[in-house]
Order: sequence, then C-alpha cells, then structure tokens
Amino acid sequence: MAANEKILEVLDLHVQYFTPRGAVKAANAVNLYVKAGEIVGLVGESGCGKTTVAMAILQMVQPPGRIVKGEIRINGHNIVNLSEAELRKVRWRELALIPQGAMNSLNPVLRIREQMGDAIQAHEAISARDLKARVLSLLNDVGLPERVYNMYPHELSGGMKQRVCIAMAVALNPAIIIADEPTSALDVVVQRVVAQTLLDVKKRLGVSMIMIGHDMGLQAQMVDRVAVMYAGNMVEVGPVESIFAQPLHPYTQLLIESIPSIRERKPLKVTEGLTHDLRNPPTGCCFQFRCPRVEPRCLQAQPAMIEAGPEHLVSCIHYQAR
Amino acid sequence: MEQPILSIQNATKIFGGGFLSSSKPIVALDRFSLDVYESQSKIITIAGESGSGKTTLANMILGFTPCTEGKITFNGIDLNQMNGEQRSFYRQEVQAIFQDPYEVYNPFFRVAHIFDMITRHFKLARSKKEAQELIEEALNLVGMRGGEILEKYPHQLSGGQRQRVMVARAYMLRPKLIVADEPVSAVDASLRAMILDIMLRLRDTRHISFLYITHDLSTAYQISDLMYVLFQGTTVERGNTAKIIEDPRHPYVQELIDSIPVPNPKIKWNMNIKLPSEEVMRMKNTVGCRFYPRCPKRMDACTKAFPPMVKVSEEHEVACYLYQ
Amino acid sequence: MTVEETVDPKESPATRRVNVWDSPWLNTKFLVGGSIIVVVILFGLLGPFFWNTELAYTASSPTNLPPMWMAKGSPEHPLGTESNGRDMLASLIVGIPASLRVGVLAATLGMGIGVLLGSLAGYLGGWWDHVIRTISDSVLIIPSLAVLIAIASYVQFPDTTMLALVLAMFAWPGPTRLVRSQVLTLRERGYIRMALLSNVPPLEIMFVEMVPNMLPWLAASFTGNISGAILGATGLEALGLGPTRVPSLGMIINYAMTSSALVRGMVWWWLPPILALIIIFTGFFLMTVGLDEIANPRLRGYGNGGK
Repeated sequence: MAANEKILEVLDLHVQYFTPRGAVKAANAVNLYVKAGEIVGLVGESGCGKTTVAMAILQMVQPPGRIVKGEIRINGHNIVNLSEAELRKVRWRELALIPQGAMNSLNPVLRIREQMGDAIQAHEAISARDLKARVLSLLNDVGLPERVYNMYPHELSGGMKQRVCIAMAVALNPAIIIADEPTSALDVVVQRVVAQTLLDVKKRLGVSMIMIGHDMGLQAQMVDRVAVMYAGNMVEVGPVESIFAQPLHPYTQLLIESIPSIRERKPLKVTEGLTHDLRNPPTGCCFQFRCPRVEPRCLQAQPAMIEAGPEHLVSCIHYQAR
Repeated sequence: MEQPILSIQNATKIFGGGFLSSSKPIVALDRFSLDVYESQSKIITIAGESGSGKTTLANMILGFTPCTEGKITFNGIDLNQMNGEQRSFYRQEVQAIFQDPYEVYNPFFRVAHIFDMITRHFKLARSKKEAQELIEEALNLVGMRGGEILEKYPHQLSGGQRQRVMVARAYMLRPKLIVADEPVSAVDASLRAMILDIMLRLRDTRHISFLYITHDLSTAYQISDLMYVLFQGTTVERGNTAKIIEDPRHPYVQELIDSIPVPNPKIKWNMNIKLPSEEVMRMKNTVGCRFYPRCPKRMDACTKAFPPMVKVSEEHEVACYLYQ
Repeated sequence: MTVEETVDPKESPATRRVNVWDSPWLNTKFLVGGSIIVVVILFGLLGPFFWNTELAYTASSPTNLPPMWMAKGSPEHPLGTESNGRDMLASLIVGIPASLRVGVLAATLGMGIGVLLGSLAGYLGGWWDHVIRTISDSVLIIPSLAVLIAIASYVQFPDTTMLALVLAMFAWPGPTRLVRSQVLTLRERGYIRMALLSNVPPLEIMFVEMVPNMLPWLAASFTGNISGAILGATGLEALGLGPTRVPSLGMIINYAMTSSALVRGMVWWWLPPILALIIIFTGFFLMTVGLDEIANPRLRGYGNGGK
C-alpha cells in the first residue's frame, strides 16, 4: 500500500435532515480524504455536522436525514447507494466505528469474550480455538489483561470498557476507524491512557482513523491533519502543525484562541456566538454572523476551498488572490 | 475577625450502609471545610473528577442533600435547622447555575417562566413594569435583550444563550454566592469565555462570590482565586489557584495537570503513563490516603492514617506525607 | 423561513412522512383508537335523534323478532327485539353510553385520587410514601371483582353513578403508583431543582411544574383505566348485580343469559353487546398503546432525533 494512497475519499457530500419546518443542511459540499496510516481530526462545535459526516461515511444517517448528493469512496469504490447486504460487508471490514459513549453500548449481560466473539463470528467463519486466540490477542493489543476475557462490562472501569470497544473496532482489521469523541466523559488521566491506546493500536496495525472531537488539546496530541467544520461546511483542513501554528480561517483562529491554557493566565477572549438556523443559511460565507473580518464581498457566496499551503486548504475569501 | 457568611465545617456525606441496606457505605465527601466571606468576593474552584464528591458538595450547599456529619451554616444558622423564612432568605442569598442549561428549563413553558418564578416567590417587584425592568437589567448584564428571548421556548435558544439566561436569573436575586456546577462543560468551546467572563464581571462589579465546581483545571486556572482539589471525597490540596496549578505538590494533582493535553502539536505527551490494574484501582483505601493505590510515591505511612493538611507556602496546603 | 425554499417539490412525500414523525401526538395507533371511540360516542350521542330510545324499555315492542334481514324480521325493529319486548337498536343506543359513562366516571375518580396520593407519596416521601404505598399495594392485590360481587350482593346499586363510585375504589392504586414513580424521577430533574431554588412552594411544583410533563403517561393510564372500569361494571351487570333500571351493555348480556338466548339461537340478542364491548376495548387499547409510545419515545422505534 503506497503511503500516500487515499483510503477514504468524501467528495462533495451533502446531507440534509428533512423536518417539517424545512430541510436542515447538516453537511454542505464536504470534501475530505484520509490517507493510509493517518489520523484525521474532525472538529467543530456541537451541531456543526461532524457526527453527520461520520455517519454518512458509514452510511448510517438516520431518517429523516439523507445523503442528498456526493460520493464516499473507499479504496476508490463509491459506497453510496450500495445495498444493505453489500454495506454490511463494507462496515466492520473496511470501516469500523467507535461510537460516542461507546463504553455504554456494551451489553451488560454478556461477558467480554461473548461480545467480542459475536462481533467477529458475525463476519467470518472461525473455529472456537482460533476465536479465543484472536480475542485474547486483541485484548493484549489494547493493553488489557487476559482475565478481562471472562469479565462482564460492570466489572470494568470506564477506561477499560472504552478499550474493549477499541479492540472490537479493530477486530476485523478495518482500513479505517471512525472514533466519535472516543475519550469524552472519561477522567483526564484515563482519557490520556485511552488516547495512548488508540495511538498505539494505530501504529501497530497501520489503520487510518477519523477522530471526531471538540477538545483541541487532544487533537493536537493525537492527529496528523485537522479538518474544521462550521455550520455544515468544511472551513479549513490542514496538517496539525500548521493549523495550530498558523490557523487561517477566522473560525479556526477563534477555536485555537479559546483553548484555556494551563500554562499561562491570560485575559479571556470573548466572542458573540450565534450560528444561523441551518434550515435557512444566509447567502455567502457560513461564518458571516460571527466573523470579525466580515466584508461585503463575504456575503456573496460560500468561498471555495483554496490551497494556502501544502495540504492546507481554507474556505475564506481573504486568502483568495484578488 | 470577620465571620464567614457561608461556613462548611467537616461536611461529610455517606451514602448507603443503613442498617437495612446490604451495600457497603460509600463516603462521597469526607470532612470538607470551606469558608466564604462577604467582604472579599472570590471565585473558589472545587476541582475533581467523577466520583470526587464535588457534585455531592454542591447538592449539600443547595440544600438538596443533608450532611451525614459536620454542618453547613449560613450567617451562623445551620442549614438543616432553618425555618421557612430563613430558608427563603438563604435561597435568595445562595443561588446556582447547573451544568446542562437545557435540563433546567421546564420544556412546557417559555423562557419568561424562569423569571416569573423568582419575581413571584421572592417578591422582587411590586408591579409588572418593575419586574420587566429588573429582568431587562439582568439580561443586559449578560448581553441579551428580553424582547428577543423571553417569549421563546428553551429549545429555540442556543446552549450559550440558555446558560446566560440562567446567570441572569441568578443575578436578579442579588445573591452573595452562586454555586456554579460545571457551568461551561456543556457549552461550546468558543462560547465558554463569554460565560466565564460574566462570572468575573459579577465578582468584580457586583461582589458575588462563586463556587466554581469543575473537572477542568484549565478554565479554573484562568478565572479562579482559590482552589480545592478533591480526590474520592477527600481534599488533597487547597489554596491559591495559581500556586496549585503552577506548582502542584500532591502526586495526584501533579498527575492530573500532567495529563491535560497540551494544545500544541510540537509538545507531545511524554507517553506511557501506566495506571495500576483494576483490582488495585478499585481497592479503596478508606483509612489512609485515598490515592495510595495509584500513587507513584507511596510510602507505608500513607496507609496508616489520612495525611493532615500541611502548609507548603503562604495560601497553599497539601494533604500528603511527602511534605510532613 | 419558508419550507418551499428548501424542499424540492418531488421530495414532498418524504417530508410528509417526516411530518408524522415529528409530532408525537400524530401516532397512528392513538389516532385509530381515538377515531373508534369517537364513532362509538357519536353513536350514543346522535342515536336518540334518529331512533326512539323509549323502545329500550320492557314491553315497548313485540317480542323475539329477528333482525330485518332475516325471515320474519321487520324494518320497524332493524336489529330485532328480545323476549321482554325491547328493541335491540334502542337498547344499544342507550346501553353503550351508559357503559362508557360508568367507565369514564370511575377512571376519572381513580385518576384524581391517584394523582393526589401519588404526588404526595413521591414528593413528600418518608412516612407519607410508606403509608400510601402500603395501602395502594394492598388494594392492588385484592381480587376486585370478588369484592365487588360481595358488595353488590348486599347493596343494590340504585344507579350507574353509585356503581362508578364503587369501581373507583379499585381504580386508584394503578395511577397512584404511576404518578409516584414519575414524581420520583421528575424530582431529580434540573427544572424541578430550579423551581426549588426559586422558592416555589411544593404544591405549585407538583401541579404546575410536574403534572404537565406527566400528561402523556396520565392519559395512557386513564384510557387503560376506562376499559378496566367498563369491564368491571359489565361483569357485575352481567351477573345481575348492577342497577336494573338502565339498560347497559352488561344488562343486555345478563338478560340474554337468563333468558337462554344462546340456546334459543337468538344471536341478535347476545352478539351485539359483546361486539360493542370488543369495539370499545379495541379503541381504548389502541389509544393506550399509542399514548404509551407518545410518552415513551423509545417504544416509537426511533431516537429523539438527537445526534
């Protein structure tokens, strides 16, 4: 597999939720790719569409939502409009999900060995002995001791359950793992242990990841590239170093400035923040209501993504050549 | 010496373990003490992770749960022995903001209902017009206008707006103290600063103290004056916020601060923190230091008795035998 | 904001379906059940304008006439008559509302007592809770029909109101338990805490803050209780223990039984009241299930729409 091969490509994705009071445009013309062995962070505030994009990649958008337009390619094959049977093969084998609050999704009456075994057996024929060896090696991969094999979820702490979910996600060697806030609701020390586990697994298995999150600190620690979403639009994508060193889009700048520091005390940066109704977006840039640099020409159309540096794309009129 | 308005003395809360219950008692909060003075308005952080007892403390101060041992007094009157009038006065003087700014709205009513309740039951205004003015003033303080939000339903406001309305509501009562239980945890990162800034302004211009209950040491560092760090119900370090964050002494606080992800991709975690096995983690040390099972610097003395508070510098105390 | 702006015309079927999903009150089961009950009520309400209800009393008509579509049937008594000279159509027009009335009355009373006691038990807790729970649990395990029969054989009920009152004695423990558990969960809610911090007195918290949020649960319990009370009343009447002057559905069954309608092949006598009961029960059952789904989104088979 070539290092720069694009495992996953999202092309011009539009997702809308059809409510009685109009269609909620949860994702507009989103473009994103993930290369082999890379972690892409997907950030933005709640309701910005990051989970919607993840669900669309997995073809799991819940009604009344629907993919209106766009393609999702895995290893070059478009999976939008595949039949449910074909999709089942793609999910888990190619794509795995660590859902938000995954640790609470474990079945309380099944032992860990049964939960993990069932997930594997549902997708491949495997002998009982091989299955046990496989589950044990997966537990080992995520740094859990062997005795977890026979335990029930309630006997495990939150961090351990989260690691079981990671083990289940990698069980079928997927090409891409989508992790939706994999460490939220965990204590900060445990969060660090789980984050470490994820990085470790990624390195060992060479799997690619999309990590959804809102904690910019965690993103800085974990991901290779960051994709910033605002109100259903992708506003900036770039390598993590350049996003943190030189954020271009005013919204990204705001996000980075508003990270509370534990290193120095500084005055708070206060901004008004009212996002428009996603059913009725304004003409022009999606960030116009909150942008400190808004100009009349911003109100004409959503700016196209332009390349501002190597792999660094931004959707802001201020970086367009006049 | 000035008497504290709110004084928490050895407040302890034990759940379960009644003589009919089969479960072992759980000490949610162990001998917590804190004084709040009227003359100096301060933001006091109660920091801790899940299970640290910080929410139990908030519930005790707000009168939702009684202390098992110890007491909380307000102007010298025990919270559990207040008569109706005293309680009503206490409610006006000690208010609260909660974590989830959606949960605190009754979905059945418009936003104005929040203000109607307090104007009626605390008799804040003699006329409708006076009430309107009070509400408008409180809303203006948090950067909102009544006409825009009062007639809306809570779900029509954004998370940040809902929380600001709650701050305005608390402010309208002109309290001495606001218990803010994770007020910004459910608010988007880019809007947190606004809520925190309002808290700072209320402290400085209206002399309202805050008990800022949070798991987030970074925001606490930015806004608070004093800090109490809790671990499994016990106070492990307390004092000046900056001193604790910049020079943490307790091994737990050190581990905590060290684990906060640095928002700089160039400074990566110094990897491989190891937590002890689950059995060790679950083994609650109920006699000595609660952190003993996880502590990298544990000693035999730690299991014998709970370490007393030691003063390590001015306004900085730590409960750890390392500094004895 | 206009919908036209955002929704393509060819997508409107999807939007219409979404509409139904969006308002929980537009639950199919609830609507179908509700329509059935409305039709039944209209039958009772409008019937007297189209048919002479005096014919529901003894000796007002010729005896033992079959329905009009059978041999010897007559259009003057379209559903036939029975052995005591009652017209069946008139009996149903009078009997259906009589039975419904007993059910609604008993359920309303039971509900009222339940809301009051349940809120007290859940809200005040402690001693109140213990006493109320003990009594309601005890009443719940008493076989109500047996006790009713015992009572009814001593006291002859003068009218349906009296019957409803006695039935209500057994209709309150269910709502009491329901309201108590609801109050217990609501009490931990943020908005109830806010009300407490706003110095709102307990009664106002119960009835202004809590009860509106319990409406779907209360409604589901209410419709369920109506069927229960109708069943109880019909049972007593069929045994001949009900008020004898009013021809309720149970009374018709009782007369049919005592006059051996079954053996004599007088299907038009015993079947119509049973059919009416089945229709009524089906209607209330569907309403109850629908209301349950409305109150409990998880039963609706999709989430809250959150992400």
